[in-house]
Amino acid sequence: MKPPVFEYHRPGSVAEALDVLAQTGHDGKVLAGGQSLVPLLNMRLAAPAHLVDVNWLGELDQVPCDAGGVRVGALARHARVEHDPGAAEAVPLLGQAIGDIAHTTVRNRGTVVGSLVHADPAAELPAVLVLLGGTMELASAGNRPRRVAAADFFVGPLESALRPGELATAAHFPRPPAGSGSAWVELARRHGDYAVCGVGVLVALDQGLRVSSARAALISVGPVPVPVDLTDALAGQPHDAADWAAAGRLAAAAVDPEDDIHASAAYRRHLAGVLTARAARSAAAAAASRLEASA
Amino acid sequence: MTTRTMGEPIPRREDPRLVAGDGRYLDDLGRGALAAAFVRSPHAAARVVDVDVSRALEVDGLVAIYTYEDLEGPMAEPLPLLIPHPRLHAGRTAYPLANGVVRHVGEPVAMVVARDRYLAEDACERIAVAYEPLAPVVGLDAAVAAERAVHDDVPDNVAAHMVQEHGDARAAVAAAPHRLELDLSIERSASMPLEGRGVYARWDAADRSLRVYSSTQTSTSVRFALAVKLGVPVDRVEVVAPDVGGGFGVKIVHPWPEEVLVPWAAIRLGREVKWAEDRREHFVASAHERGQRHHVSVGFDDDGRLLGLDVEFLHDNGAYTPYGIIVPIITATQLLGPYKPGAYRAEFRSLYTNTVIVTPYRGAGRPQAAFAMERTMDAIAAYLHRDRAEVRSANFIQPSEMPYDHHLTFQDGRPLVYDSGDYPATLDKIKKLVGWDEFEAFREEARAAGRRVGIGLACYVEGTGVGPYEGAHVRVETNGTVVVATGLTTQGQGHETAFAQVAAEALGVPVERVTVVTGDTRRFKYAVGTFASRAAVMSGNAVALAAGKVRAKALRIAAEALETDPDDLEVADGMVRVKGAPEREIALETVAVLANPLRYAFDEQTKLATQFVVGRGAEDPPVAEDDEPGLEATDWYSPVRSTFANGMHAVVVETDPETAEVRILRYCVVHDCGRLINPRIVEGQIHGGVAQGVGGALYERMVYDENGQLLNASFMDFLMPYASEVPKVETDHLETPSPLNPLGIKGAGEAGTIPGAAVLAAAISDAEGFFIDTMPISPSELWALREKEDG
Amino acid sequence: MNEVLHETHLVVNGVPRTVSVPARRLLSDCLRHDLGLTGTHVGCEHGVCGACTVLVDGRPMRSCLLFAVGVEGAEITTVEGCRAAGGGLGPVQQAFQDCHGLQCGFCTPGFVTTITAWLAEHPDPTEEQARQAIGGNLCRCTGYQNIVASVLRAAELIREQEAAR
Repeated sequence: MKPPVFEYHRPGSVAEALDVLAQTGHDGKVLAGGQSLVPLLNMRLAAPAHLVDVNWLGELDQVPCDAGGVRVGALARHARVEHDPGAAEAVPLLGQAIGDIAHTTVRNRGTVVGSLVHADPAAELPAVLVLLGGTMELASAGNRPRRVAAADFFVGPLESALRPGELATAAHFPRPPAGSGSAWVELARRHGDYAVCGVGVLVALDQGLRVSSARAALISVGPVPVPVDLTDALAGQPHDAADWAAAGRLAAAAVDPEDDIHASAAYRRHLAGVLTARAARSAAAAAASRLEASA
Repeated sequence: MTTRTMGEPIPRREDPRLVAGDGRYLDDLGRGALAAAFVRSPHAAARVVDVDVSRALEVDGLVAIYTYEDLEGPMAEPLPLLIPHPRLHAGRTAYPLANGVVRHVGEPVAMVVARDRYLAEDACERIAVAYEPLAPVVGLDAAVAAERAVHDDVPDNVAAHMVQEHGDARAAVAAAPHRLELDLSIERSASMPLEGRGVYARWDAADRSLRVYSSTQTSTSVRFALAVKLGVPVDRVEVVAPDVGGGFGVKIVHPWPEEVLVPWAAIRLGREVKWAEDRREHFVASAHERGQRHHVSVGFDDDGRLLGLDVEFLHDNGAYTPYGIIVPIITATQLLGPYKPGAYRAEFRSLYTNTVIVTPYRGAGRPQAAFAMERTMDAIAAYLHRDRAEVRSANFIQPSEMPYDHHLTFQDGRPLVYDSGDYPATLDKIKKLVGWDEFEAFREEARAAGRRVGIGLACYVEGTGVGPYEGAHVRVETNGTVVVATGLTTQGQGHETAFAQVAAEALGVPVERVTVVTGDTRRFKYAVGTFASRAAVMSGNAVALAAGKVRAKALRIAAEALETDPDDLEVADGMVRVKGAPEREIALETVAVLANPLRYAFDEQTKLATQFVVGRGAEDPPVAEDDEPGLEATDWYSPVRSTFANGMHAVVVETDPETAEVRILRYCVVHDCGRLINPRIVEGQIHGGVAQGVGGALYERMVYDENGQLLNASFMDFLMPYASEVPKVETDHLETPSPLNPLGIKGAGEAGTIPGAAVLAAAISDAEGFFIDTMPISPSELWALREKEDG
Repeated sequence: MNEVLHETHLVVNGVPRTVSVPARRLLSDCLRHDLGLTGTHVGCEHGVCGACTVLVDGRPMRSCLLFAVGVEGAEITTVEGCRAAGGGLGPVQQAFQDCHGLQCGFCTPGFVTTITAWLAEHPDPTEEQARQAIGGNLCRCTGYQNIVASVLRAAELIREQEAAR
């Protein structure tokens, strides 16, 4: 299990990185944290001719937060984002979900943007980005950077809208509206494994602490994260006594899972319901406590 | 420092080396050696039509490529069948490299040697093998149906068929007042040590001698195998097991294809060659175990007493049978556990499939046996509406009935006779430890809180310390160091500590003075190996016997030096003293000097020794006919039969009513492995065994698709438990000494693993209210069972 | 088909080292085979088992998922670097012996590095926290119970050392 030969590039600036990526095109692959890529290389399931190591681009190691949300630069490691106080305040769901990504050792090296670009249907962050309606910032040499909405970015299993020659420079996670709360719930076979099913839920409450809107995004139950609007099941109901099971039923009906060696499709659909109900309840509670704290 | 060391939980003496990164595992050796890698079959069944190496020749650093065509003489013959058995009527083994046919994914087809492993893999990737794929036989159903055969000359896929019976079990079942039939299955798992296999070979062309390091559980047997396979005189072959990163059974198999090919290539090339198995290779090219399907017919009376027990089972042995049929034989004989059925019959068929070979993995057929027996006990209790512990108790062999003869033949070919054990006392202890009688109150409390909990109990008896023999050599050096060598190997069991304790106690020296060497044929040439919970029993007793001989010799020489009778002497803290007159003493190292008539004054100790006058008359030879120079001795321990340890596990689980996740709330173990050498090490063995039992019950399995592809050949998908999945283990002990050996000990290595599937199935069944007959079980499967139950 | 070699500078256990390696050389192999520091073990080479865990600028990472060239200039701490200043056992290593936290010892180096880094930030852990701290490392021998105890014991040893200072 040794990686195949590749040509190694260590650009010193984003511009230089884009030039290399432009030249290498289909044969080039970006190396950021490498926590998904290197196993594939070691197993020789991937064999890019060129690796463009972006770990030297300090300009991408940024996590600025503002009223609009959190912009996670391409070199920001999971661990940094997980523990960033600004990010936790602006988009609590980000830290909640990152805590379920593998183990600390992996989070110390792996990057948020790398995980998004890898587009694993069992990964947490694509669902978070979809749920929040975030965007990816993609740069390429000679072109203006383009922004792609999360809903358009995840195309299929391990397949994103990133084009050859492009570098994902950042992901933008919008701040959820005031009065909202979020929760991430997943079930994995072992702690730290990819989820058998996972769900992020965002619930917004009105001033009377009743649900005004709710939506979910689920993983491991389709080729890409599955967004589900739960508002119909929960709207107008009290934050602590809504029909969570009804929300779960909406989610279960929306997903189209497949059998695999760890779980049947039917079980995953069942879990989609159970976990969505649980996450919705937690998200509503979080929203209520935020509202009460700010009141 | 006291010389009392047996039974003390002293810290391990190998640890400072291992915790500091100074261990020497296989791949830590041979820096600069050439690296081997293998082209392995991607097909479960295929004919090898052509091997085209032309593109690989371009790889810089390539040294050699070998295929079957390059093998000659014994190397071109199938690998040995290690443990033949009359009932294994169609045993088959593989060639070192595929001879025209491959029978499982991962079978080696070509060997590459290159400057390093990266380059060797580059070359492997460029070797084009043309296969003609054949339809594979995957799973027991396909093997039984025999529409296709794994081996052309074994058309029914049956490698072995065996029946053992005592009494007329079928008649007894038929005549019993109550009868049950059960189908019980266990899936495949694997030993999966953190260090894979590995071989490193050095050929000294001038000396015409071979040294091989192998990550093996038996270096002595590898040595003899290599001598035969390579045509090198056995005295020119040395095999060393260095620090070994876990074995759990898989590394007892030998010689592996790689284990003969690497030294063979080293000789041909006149270069050092090393192969360190990677994880992917380990999944598809080493060995698995556990896959068995049992049908139980049982007849019993109103108290649940077993009147007749009739068990038929199918064993999936994979593509070849190099290790014979040890696993199903153990299942057939160890299924009885602590019970005494009126009549018993076990019949099995061992079947070929196009999958990785099956050889013992910690427990070796016993986890399946315990699962079949203990689930049967639970079924009887449920049928009779009786307490599960009570039904078991009604069937126990009583201490007064020991030794107890089951009238069957055990794995070692000897009668299955239990030597000792107190099963009623063990049951009392486990019930107390887990709170068996108070559980219903806890269940009600939990139920009121919307929680679902269950409790399970499982018993086992484990034959340990199988023969035929182990030996040991003990030598007192003239600097006072005691050097112990035994031939069996070590993979983490703490032999450097435990055997030092045995020797120190037997010899009367501080344990710090004792060093222990295992698994090095340069130091001890005859041994069997470390498996079947036998090391402490076999080598432990051999060390005690050899040390006893050394002690006797020391007393004889010291008596002469001190001008007294040996019976008046004692040895303590490394000094031989006259009892009651401690000022008359002589150090063991001085005795060691005196033991050798040739006393070159190399050190101070030798000079000191000159003050003593020992020696024989002027007309006697300096070394008597029945004596030999040096304060050292070799001795052997060879028992008439195995000794039987036992234990019981009880667990409390909680199952999530919605997600069907299983959480272990309590895991309790009571075990009895006779007298303990080092309780801390035994406790560690129990912990580790339980973790493997839990893994096998709830997480691990080998998933083959219908094409014979292993779908989960990685640590991402083969779910070995992390700390987050393993419960804290609560333990209690009994010490019923074995009457069979001088130390009174029994083996402890496998015990923790054996009842894992049985006890967890019991607890989950209890929580859920329906019977679980297949393990392992995932949340997805448990949920599916609920759905079925709910209609 | 000769590979380009990259001169790479690392500070390993406090000692500056320079190696000339192909770009694809995994840090684990570089440490073991190029630098002869064989204490770092390789158990899976796909980032799951944690045996190869080393500290990169103080943070635990899987060395089988890093290229040596990719950590140019970094400070690497391996199990060999977790010893006491005088060369004896470091507190985590000592705790493993005290608590019988190892059997075959193959996975131990990855635990030692992981725990060393973790205790620096969590000097007084609970048993549950200790169990979580080792949650990303596989051990096939011990069942983890004595490793959890080793974490707690190491914390105690470190506190004792600091109090004595």
